[in-house]
Amino acid sequence: MVKMSGSHALIEALYKEKVDVIFGLPGGAIMPVYDVLLDSRIRHILVRHEQSAAHMADGYARASGKPGVCMATSGPGATNLVTGIANAYMDSSPIIAITGQVPRAMIGKDAFQETDIIGITTPITKYNFQPRHASEIPNIVKIAFQIASTGRPGPVVIDLPKDVQTEVADMDFPEKIEIRGYKPNISPHPLQVEKATELLTKAERPFILAGGGVIISNASQNLQAVAELLLAPVATTFMGKSCFPENHPLSLGVIGMHGTLEANKSVLETDVLLAVGVRFSDRSTGKIDEFCPDTKIIQIDIDPSEIGKNKAVDVPIVGDVNKTLIELQKSLSKRLEKRESSLWSKRIQQIKEEHRDKIKIDQGKDLVPQKVLRELRELVPNDTIVTTEVGQNQMWASLYFKVYKPRTFISSGGLGTMGFGFPAAIGVKVAKPDVPVFDIAGDGSFTMTANSLATSVTENIPVTVVILNNSMLGMVAQWQRLFYNRRYSAVELGAHPDFVKLAEAFGAHGIRVGSLDEFKKAVKQALKSDVTTVIDVPIPPEENVFPMIPAGKSLREIIY
Amino acid sequence: MVMEEKEEKRYIISIIVENKPGVLYRAANMFRRRGFNIDSISVGPTERKDLARMTITINGDDATVEQLVKQLGKLIDVIKVSVLSTKNTVVRELALIKLHITDAKARSDIINYANVFKSRIIDVTPGSMILEITGTPDKIDAFLNLAATFGIKEMARTGITALIRG
Repeated sequence: MVKMSGSHALIEALYKEKVDVIFGLPGGAIMPVYDVLLDSRIRHILVRHEQSAAHMADGYARASGKPGVCMATSGPGATNLVTGIANAYMDSSPIIAITGQVPRAMIGKDAFQETDIIGITTPITKYNFQPRHASEIPNIVKIAFQIASTGRPGPVVIDLPKDVQTEVADMDFPEKIEIRGYKPNISPHPLQVEKATELLTKAERPFILAGGGVIISNASQNLQAVAELLLAPVATTFMGKSCFPENHPLSLGVIGMHGTLEANKSVLETDVLLAVGVRFSDRSTGKIDEFCPDTKIIQIDIDPSEIGKNKAVDVPIVGDVNKTLIELQKSLSKRLEKRESSLWSKRIQQIKEEHRDKIKIDQGKDLVPQKVLRELRELVPNDTIVTTEVGQNQMWASLYFKVYKPRTFISSGGLGTMGFGFPAAIGVKVAKPDVPVFDIAGDGSFTMTANSLATSVTENIPVTVVILNNSMLGMVAQWQRLFYNRRYSAVELGAHPDFVKLAEAFGAHGIRVGSLDEFKKAVKQALKSDVTTVIDVPIPPEENVFPMIPAGKSLREIIY
Repeated sequence: MVMEEKEEKRYIISIIVENKPGVLYRAANMFRRRGFNIDSISVGPTERKDLARMTITINGDDATVEQLVKQLGKLIDVIKVSVLSTKNTVVRELALIKLHITDAKARSDIINYANVFKSRIIDVTPGSMILEITGTPDKIDAFLNLAATFGIKEMARTGITALIRG
């Protein structure tokens, strides 16, 4: 037992959880914590808007696999975090959000900067806490980290009344903790693994659909082993991108609304689908009733509520993806010999070749997004981590920026948060200071959190932003072209801001390129730069992202 | 297109939860968020001070109930979820019924009916009576139908609570 204030206990508990960085912005109700933070070994990174703090913590978590921590004051500080918390929740990313709260006696009195952040964040967190006594803090922090980072990860909010931060109490820091209502199922049931083995060994045309769960569970290696044993092609969901090397002969790329033709076509022919760490999102499956209606489906997920939520399956396996794949591999290798090729793998090659150059890329123009992103892939090392904004830029990145290593592609999949990519890139860079970090952006999205330029410059966190600039809210414009008779409603952004000047105003580099050659030079310069670089790439304003499966349609109705 | 027939049934779900503030909110918020329509919910203490029991009834098909149970299981404050089978479960509900009664004939009739249903009279004024009835929801429904002929002024039902036999 040690006597200390709630704020000291918080910082000490965070330190015990090996937290080395907090992204945040102070305010009245969190000042006692900031005062203690000043003397601690934990680095604080000051943001200019709390939403960015949450995205930075999220980027940090996805790149490192460790929970990211963000902090804000009560009221507007806390509500500004909400988009970032919801984003982390949808993509199962472990973040801890610490918010200040008005003193206990003022809670419920509509005090200045009071907001019910527990009520607001209940549906978008894995759990949230509001300690009423300082002595609860060590336990709560321990539980918060355990909940956030285990099972299916997710955000946890700790809301600290100001007088709890200052209250002095005897503190007991637990080494281990039992949470009786929280016991994630880690080990798969052997009987289910056996059933899956049975189905897969008999399968003529096995197919693997791999999702974000593979990345979270660090299961890429074992996924590859299972795929090679089965000679099963692997398509990833958008969230699964990077879990399987996209230059592997069995890789089909990303499936779904803006997935590759080969992924969306091949899945129609499978007889047994092995779904690994996926949640059958509408963006991945298209019209769910017409997604693999006659296919036997095996689903592996650590979250039992994901089994059968969107799609009924034949063999559910609840368990950690990596552990399950290890078991599956063991039992499969007893029955299957490793082969070089099969009828099915030849058929897949055929589908791939048939569709290789089906998507037309404007050969007349130099600066089209497809070429720019392929060029970028050639220019940056394989361990480069790419984040994206949301919209056309994101889908082009998914299609044309191939990735080969897990955790090298980080994007807002579930919530689709414009403005995520840039602050996330900063968080990634903090977690992985030795690898280049690129945000593939659109002009609309980047503008939403461009004020994070201040953070990246003043805190010395150099990243590169590649803006595919069509002066449009491009994806909305694409839908208006395709489904609303080309009636452009509120999508034209004009040529503002001037991103070169904007970058310079914040002390970053700004480069506008006029050709692919200039783009190459700019990227090379950015890779060497010790300050953030913004590369403004003007692209044709009416370029579409294809392939596309219109919302609510089946995968068969893909247009390209 | 052939629509699959989904059979709607009544389910009783018994949930052991942490006995602390905010737990009902978390559960209720999840029902709302996921679109589960709850018929009744009752919450009260258990034999252990740190645990509470929620008993909910829901009309739905097997798939809906399975998803509801899984979503409940995900809540950190939920310790145990059981779907109770109607066969080996004891189910009780309590209702308070205020009747508009003015004439003596009606008053004596209702007293007779109340005796048949083992309902107790707990308040009487010149213009009204309050009856208390405990039992299965079916029994309460039957008594309410009867009472309705006298004119129900107000009524309050607790929703069911239940335990497995043995």
